[in-house]
Order: sequence, then C-alpha cells, then structure tokens
Amino acid sequence: MISDIISARDAALAHIAEATSPDEVAAMTTRYAGKKGELAGLKKQLGQLESIDDKKAAGAAINEAMAAVDSALAERRDAVATAALSARVESERLDLTEYVAKPTRGHAHLVTQAWERLEDVFVGMGFRVAEGPEIETDWHNFEALNMPIGHPARGEWDTLFVDHVPPGGQAGTTVLRTHTSPVQIRTMLSQAPPIHIIAPGRVFRRDTPDSTHMPVFHQIEGLVVDRDISMADLAGTIDAFTKAFFGQEWNSRLRPSYFPFTEPSAEFDIQRPDGSWIELGGCGMVHPDVLAAGGIDPEEWSGFAFGFGIDRMAIMRHGVADIREMFTDDLRFTEQFS
Amino acid sequence: MKILMSWLNDYGDFGDPTSEADVASLSDALTSLGLEVDSIEQVGETVDGVVTARIVRLESHPDAAKVQRVFVDAGDGVERHVWCGADNISADDIVPLATLGTTMPNGMTIERRGILGIDSEGMLCSAQELGLGEDHSGIRLLPADTPLGLPYGDALGITPDVLFDVDVTRNRPDCWGYVGIARDVAAKLGVEFRPPVPVFAPTGDARSAPVEILAGDRCARFTSTVISGVVVGESAPWLQRRLTAAGMRPINNVVDVSNYVMLELNQPNHAYDLDTLGGGGFRVRMAADGEHLVTLDGEDRTFSAQDLLICDANDIPIGVGGVMGGLDSEISNSTTTVALEMAWFALVGIGQTVTRTGMRSEASQRFERGVDPYGMPTAIARFADLLAETCPDLVIHDGMVDARSDDLMPEERSVQVRIGNVNRIIGSDLAADDLPGLLDPIGYTVSGTGDTRTVVLPTWRLDSTAEIDVIEEIARHHGYDKLGSSVPKPAGHGGLSVHQQRRRQVRQVLLGLGVTEAMPNPFLAPDTLERAGLATEAIRITNPLVSDESVLRTSLRPGLLRSIAFNESHRRVRASLFEIGHVYPPAEGDLPGEFEQLTVVLAGAEAPAAMAVWRELTASLGGGARIDQSKVPAGLHATRSATLQAGKDPLGAVGEVAPDVLASFGVSERVAILEVDLDQFLAREPKPSQWKSTSRYPSSDLDLSFVAADDVPAEKVEKAVRQGAGKFLVDLDLFDNYRDPARPGTRALGYRIRLQAPDRSLTDADVSEVRRGIQSAAAKLGVDLRS
Repeated sequence: MISDIISARDAALAHIAEATSPDEVAAMTTRYAGKKGELAGLKKQLGQLESIDDKKAAGAAINEAMAAVDSALAERRDAVATAALSARVESERLDLTEYVAKPTRGHAHLVTQAWERLEDVFVGMGFRVAEGPEIETDWHNFEALNMPIGHPARGEWDTLFVDHVPPGGQAGTTVLRTHTSPVQIRTMLSQAPPIHIIAPGRVFRRDTPDSTHMPVFHQIEGLVVDRDISMADLAGTIDAFTKAFFGQEWNSRLRPSYFPFTEPSAEFDIQRPDGSWIELGGCGMVHPDVLAAGGIDPEEWSGFAFGFGIDRMAIMRHGVADIREMFTDDLRFTEQFS
Repeated sequence: MKILMSWLNDYGDFGDPTSEADVASLSDALTSLGLEVDSIEQVGETVDGVVTARIVRLESHPDAAKVQRVFVDAGDGVERHVWCGADNISADDIVPLATLGTTMPNGMTIERRGILGIDSEGMLCSAQELGLGEDHSGIRLLPADTPLGLPYGDALGITPDVLFDVDVTRNRPDCWGYVGIARDVAAKLGVEFRPPVPVFAPTGDARSAPVEILAGDRCARFTSTVISGVVVGESAPWLQRRLTAAGMRPINNVVDVSNYVMLELNQPNHAYDLDTLGGGGFRVRMAADGEHLVTLDGEDRTFSAQDLLICDANDIPIGVGGVMGGLDSEISNSTTTVALEMAWFALVGIGQTVTRTGMRSEASQRFERGVDPYGMPTAIARFADLLAETCPDLVIHDGMVDARSDDLMPEERSVQVRIGNVNRIIGSDLAADDLPGLLDPIGYTVSGTGDTRTVVLPTWRLDSTAEIDVIEEIARHHGYDKLGSSVPKPAGHGGLSVHQQRRRQVRQVLLGLGVTEAMPNPFLAPDTLERAGLATEAIRITNPLVSDESVLRTSLRPGLLRSIAFNESHRRVRASLFEIGHVYPPAEGDLPGEFEQLTVVLAGAEAPAAMAVWRELTASLGGGARIDQSKVPAGLHATRSATLQAGKDPLGAVGEVAPDVLASFGVSERVAILEVDLDQFLAREPKPSQWKSTSRYPSSDLDLSFVAADDVPAEKVEKAVRQGAGKFLVDLDLFDNYRDPARPGTRALGYRIRLQAPDRSLTDADVSEVRRGIQSAAAKLGVDLRS
C-alpha cells in the first residue's frame, strides 16, 4: 500500500513538473489533488487495511503525499502564470517613437490667450470684467468722454462711421467704437460706485494695415471709481499690474500726457529688468465731466482709468514681427503656438 | 515741434548742446513735463577740409562743353585750379572749396583728378553736398565779405547743435512756439526764463489798413499794422539757419521773419504788400458757396459757406482765414510797404475748414489748437525788431487797427483752486502756500490766502478753463514721480460673470475637440454676403479704407470660409476652425442688432461631424435645441442642414455649407458647419445636475434594429424607444444605420438599450416586456423591428 502511495506521489510530482500552461496545471490539479483524484482513491482504500498500525502508517504516507502534490501544484501554478505573463508582455513590445495617430487639438488665438491672461491678472486684483457693443453711438464714444461735436481731438481717432441711423437721430452719429472707453460710460450709468472693472474688447480705426497697425484690434481698459481715489492709487495699480503680469523685477512709471477723458493724464511706461523702457498705454484721473456724464458726482467720487493694446501683449510675448500675421488664420502660423 | 537747443538757449540757459549730460537733462525735463522727446538729432556737423575761396577767373576749354576751368584763391596766395560743372558762379564770388584729401558726407574723398589731361585740385560744393539743405542747383555762394581760407562752417556761423523732436499734445497750444516750451522747462529746471522783449515802437505818421470783421464768431480779433521802409532781400544767415533747422525753406527777409515770429511766439501772421492790397484794407467774411481762390501752394481751391476768407477792401479774396494766403498777395521783390496781419481765429472753424479742404499749414495747426488772443502787440514789435536787422529804414506807423468781435474771450479768466481737492485728486500732501511756487513761473498767477486760491489763467493756455486743468499743471510741476503709489482696496470681489465663464468653457470644449480659433476680418466686400447665400441687408461703413472692406458682417460664416480657402491654397486641408465674435445685423433702434455668435466650420467633414460638436457643447454646457430639418438655413446644404430651434426662437444652424456657396468661395472640400447665437446659448445656464443613485444590480443589454422610412427622423425613433423602454432604461446608443440596397427608401437603425433596476436583478420576463413596449411604441411611427 505504502509503496503504491509513494509511486503514485512520485508519478504525480514528475508529471506536475512537466506542466507548461495554466490549463495543464488545472487538469493535473483535478487529476491528482481533486476529490476524485488518484490520491483520494488510495485514501478510500485505507479502510481495507486490517492493522491499525498499517492504517496509521498508510494514512500518514497519504497525507504527506497529498501535501507534497498540493505544494508542487501551487509552485507550478505560480511558475506557469509568471512565465505566461512574461511571454505576453514580451509579445506586446511597441516602439513608442513610431506613433501613428496624431493627437489633434485646437489652438486658441494668440489674442485670446493674451486677453485671458490679462483678465486673470486683473480678476486676481479684484476687478470684474465689463463688456459693451462694438458699434457705438457718437455720444458714448465721444461726447460723454469729453469730446463734444467739433472737438479737435476727435480727429485723432480716425473714426469709421456706419450708415445706421437711430430713430429720430441723424446720419453720421453711429460709429465703430474707436476705443473701449464707451464701456466706462455704460458701466457708470448702470452701476453705482464703487466701481472696479476692466473692459477688454475689439476696437476699430481707419488705419491702413502695416506691421504694427490693424484697422481692427483689441484693447483693454480699466476703471476704478470710489471715494478719494487719487493718482497715487493709479500709479500703484499700474505697478501692481506690471509686476503681476510681467514679473516682480519689472517697474513702471507715469509721465504727463493728454487725453480728453482724463485729467491729469499720463502715459505709462514699463521697465524691463535690464533697465530699458517700453511705452505701454495711457491713463489718468477720470475727468470730472466724464464722471458727470456717467451720472456720478465728481465732488463726491473720483476715479482713474487706464488702457492699452492686447494684440501688442501677444506680439511681445511670442516675438511676432508683423501684427497682420495674427489675423490671416493661417494654420501654419496658429499651430506654432500652444 | 522741432526744437534747436541753441535757439532755445535764447530764452534760458539750458546747457551746452555739445555736452551729453546737458542734452540728457534737458530731454528728461521735457519728457517729465509731458513734452515727450521723440528723437534727438545731432546737427551742425561740418566737413573738415572745406574752406572759403574766391574765384579769381573762369576759363572755358574748347573740348569740354559741360565743365569749365575755375581758378580759385583760398587765401594762401596759391592759385588752385578746379574743374566745375555749375553755371551760377562768376569771378570774385566766394565759394566753399573742398581741398584735396577731404572726405565728403557721401563718403567720396577729393583726389587729384584729371579731365583732358588737366588735374583738378579740389571741388567747389553745392549746399546739398555740404549737408546744408536740398539745394543742388549750383555752388553755395557765400557773402562777399567772407574772409578767405576759413572753414566754411565758421564763415556761415554753423556750430554743433542738437535738434529735439518734441511731441506736443493737444492740450499744450503754447508749446507750438519756442517761448512756450522754454517757459515750461525753465520752470521745471529752476532756470531763469528770458522771453524776448521787443523794443520797436511805432514812430511813423499814422497810416492804417482798415479792417472790417463780418464773421465775428470765426475771427474774434484782427490787427493790421502798416510797416514801411521794407527792402526785400535775403535774411541774415543765422535766421535762415534756424528756419532751415525747423524744416522751413528761407524765402526772403519778410516771409522769413513772419515764420520766425510764428515759431518763436506761436503767433502766425501774414504780411501783405500794401501797394497791391485792393482798397488798402481787409474784410473778414464767410465764403460764398463755390467761391474760389488760388492759394500759396498753387492750388485752385473752391470754398463753401462754412469757410472763412480774408478779402481786400474791395471784397476780393486774398487768403483763407488762419490757414493759407492767396498766391497773388505774396510779397514781391519790389514790395516796400506791408500791411501786417495778426489775428485770432476760432479753433473749431479752422479745424472744419482743414478737414473739409484738406489744406494744412503751420498756421492752421496752431490756430486749430489755440493761439494767444492777446499776444499780438509783442509779436508785432518782435516782427519789426527782426525785420529792422535787414531793413535799416524800417518804420512802424501809428494807426494800428485792432478790430475785435464780441466773441473775443476776456483777457482775465480765473478759477478757484481748493488745495483739498488738489490733494484728493493727485494724492499729494501740498499746502496752499506751495501753489504760487509751482504755478507762477508758468504764468498761472495765484492770489489770495487760505485753502482756496484764485488762479488767473494765462491767455496762451486756452485749454485751461477749470480747476482740474490747474490741478494738472500742479501735478506736472510737482512731478508725477513724487505722487506716491498705493493700491486701492476693491469694495467687492473680482471675477468673471457666469456668461464670461461659460464663454471660456465653450472655447475649451472646442479646443479639446481639435478645433482651432480663427479671427478673420469682420469687414466684408459688397458682394460677399450674396456669395455666401445670406441676406444682403447689412450695415455699411460710410468711409471705408477700401470698398472691399465696407460691409459689416451679419454672420461669421463668410470670414471662416475665406480662411478655409486660404488654408486649402497652402495645402492645408481639413481645417477645423471656430470663431467667437460679434455680428452686426441691421435693426431699428439706437444701435443695430449686434450680438455674439459662435461658428464652427469643419473642412472635409460632413454634417454629422457638426452635430457631434453641437452634442458635445450641449453635454458640457447644458441646454439644447430641436433639430428642425424642415427649416433650411440660408446658404446651407438643402438636404443636410437644420435650424437649431430653441422654443420659438432659432438658436442657430447646423449641417453643411451649400455646394454652390463653397464653389463661390473657392473651397473644394465639403464643410460641416455649426452656428450658435452665443448671447442666447450662454444666457441659458442650466440648473446644476442633481444626483441620482446608481444601481448595484446587474444590467441587461437589448440590441434592437428598426427599419424606418427615410422621412421618419431618427430623433423620433429614439424618442419612441425611450418611451417604450420605460423606467428600466439607463442608456441608449444608436450604433448602426444601415441602408440595405434591397430596401430603398428605408434604413435600419440599430440601438443598444441598457436596462437596469435600482433594487433588484432584472428577469427575462422584465426584458421581454420592455421589448414589447418598445416595439409597440415604434409601431405607432410605422417603424418595425428588422426581421
């Protein structure tokens, strides 16, 4: 009996050692270790033995044989699974530099990218974003901004006029807005101070396109109206923006200039870390007549406004030599930028 | 305004033009005052080796037709021979001689060079060759008393100098004259300001050129002064040099002095020959419509009733008020007596005439900005002082006429300035007693005591009318750099509006779908809308730069189609572009019906691709629309397009661009298109989605294929499936649309229907019931299960 057990065990162990696939291991598990397996069959025969000692000895031999077979099966199962996994992984080798499907993604326009970056900086400084129509009334674009009809400064805006005539109004009083400043007026008329807004938008001038000018371009304008707002607040806001947008090592300065809608007026320049200056935009204290046109008492409130070009921010950032390139929608241009 | 530093030094000590530090300090002071220096140019450099020489004699050579032999004496007793092609020279003329070895400004070096075997020992120079101006018509002749052998620069009084180009803003009329700039910058630098103090006084017997002002609203003051003893000739070299530096051509002593006074004192003026002045006087009146006059620049110009004319006493026009004189009233060489006009014209009227006629002049640009209405007496005397230098017998006659209208502004205008308001606006900490020190030097006279002071405004600062104007002057002279820096606290919080956030989200969805943002020209050619198959009513630009850019877009479609065609022409096919931008359809009202539109164009793609974009947008942003294929939007493919209908209002369009439209734009690919009224779409912010629990029980899938006639929209079949499936439906996917050639007029629509119950596993009986429900709902549409 015991020799049967040992020879069955050895045969099983030898067979198990030859298994090469999980399926084979599974079949052998049934055959050698299952309830109807060979060793289980021998175990059933134990009862036929007569001597207690023989039963004990044979029982011990069977238990030892079953344990050995179980252990061999487990070991073999692991070995076969590991080998199968390695084989699979090896068979699936790819050259990742051999990509085929090009990922397609769209490209935001450079002007939009600059626009959103500017918005984000100003939003971080506590500004909200105001918008207005691109076709404007003469009143919003000029008159309310301290440029009554006949004001000589109007000539500097190279205005494009459109043929829309308001009911009861006159021809020649509807314009493509020449600046985003009408949004100041619309905001003041619709909202009581304190006001903290920026107004990015598209503006129009009767300008022949060249490498630095387009008849259609984009500006961003800021307006703050509150009690006791002074030129120091203007200078501080410009400087905070300069550092937030361009970098902490950048500086800014104001120098006197003229705009009909601000007084005192200033140009603002920014200074690169290397010390050189760039003229960026115009600003000033909102003219009392402009506050009044916006329905705000200039004795009670004061404010400042500033504005500059968005397109130029895009050009400066990416080194675009000709502004016209940005508006051709040439994919060979657009796809150069993320 | 061009400012010659040596000339500016007449009115204050602003430093040495050859000192870089002095030039920089003047430039910085100008810029800090708002007189931005656009450029700084070194002038008055002379050419070494060019000396004065006298022409001893001239000889022609029988074999040389175009040049002659000239023998010159450069003061060293040696007779030099040069060949010369100019014909304006004769014996005893004093001329500039470039000696051997001289390098000319154009880089040429003067060498011994022979013609017909005879060497030239130098070159006689024209003004242009010496960098003295444009004149190259002959040799630059020098005054007869010029010593010989001198560097020509010394002979002409040319010294190294600096020319500033100053950008004068519209609020600084005074800075169109040297004296105005000098006054401002002297105050800034703390330098003594020395304006010219003319001394010439009327001495002659009374002679008048009478003046009649008939348009007092346009000409508030007109003075005429009779000056005799005039001898017309050349101006002194120093005066010619200054005018040349300022960009003006010297003409004769009278015209040159007229121009000089304008540049110095910002008082444009005009000298008429009194002997040819009809009736010996002036009438200032509006033109009759169609009246014309040949102006100084030789143009025959026609005027309207809005233009102001200066006429002689016989009512014959002789000039355009404040803009330009007539050609016939010019000073001639025989003029001996002049009637000098110094007048003041209304700013707006000048501007309108300039705009209407396109005439521009040094005078008009000054009058347009505002000349001192009380500056005439000084300017008249200055005119006489300067002219007397070349006309020793000059006489100003008594009887100067000073005609004024009621529109002349008062000489003394004043405003109250509150120191509290000054500090409130500019953020300074000034005391009222600081005001005189800042303002008096620039002619704003401060008086009174206490916190509110009276400030008399200078007559030359017509731009100054209110307290805020004086505050600006205080800020400028106090210094913008001394105003401090603070950041105001916003009252609320910053942020984008919901609309703005959703607009950004639209853009992100599209970029993620591989669509690139475009920004084409919003101006269209007159025929573009028609070519795009769109309604041709549009807003037009009345003064376009070019007619091809004269129509405002009513749709983003044409611009994007052009961009696709452009990219196709560069072999970039399958362009996927979108634009978010304003369109401007006409409408009644204060303003046209402007709104924000989104258009997506997918070249090389068919209509379902546009539908897929629309589905992604609605999946991300919420909202939606009925796809109404019975309403084909204009310009789109008739059988592949639909109106997006949101309630009663059209929200946009989806489909493909019509083939004939594509052809007219030169686009060879198909173009799928989606157009959405963004104002409407973004305004419909959906409520936040509410949570629904997900089932823990297994789901069952049911694949059903229906045969539907072509005129039954899949949308309706899908709706029937949803209805029929009832509460167990969790997902529905159209996975197949097969057109069996054997069953024309129909197609098979295959749906995968996923069913699940929240509280138990579904049984076969449940699934069968759902299947029956769907089948019967579909049957009502006349749609059967495919067998």
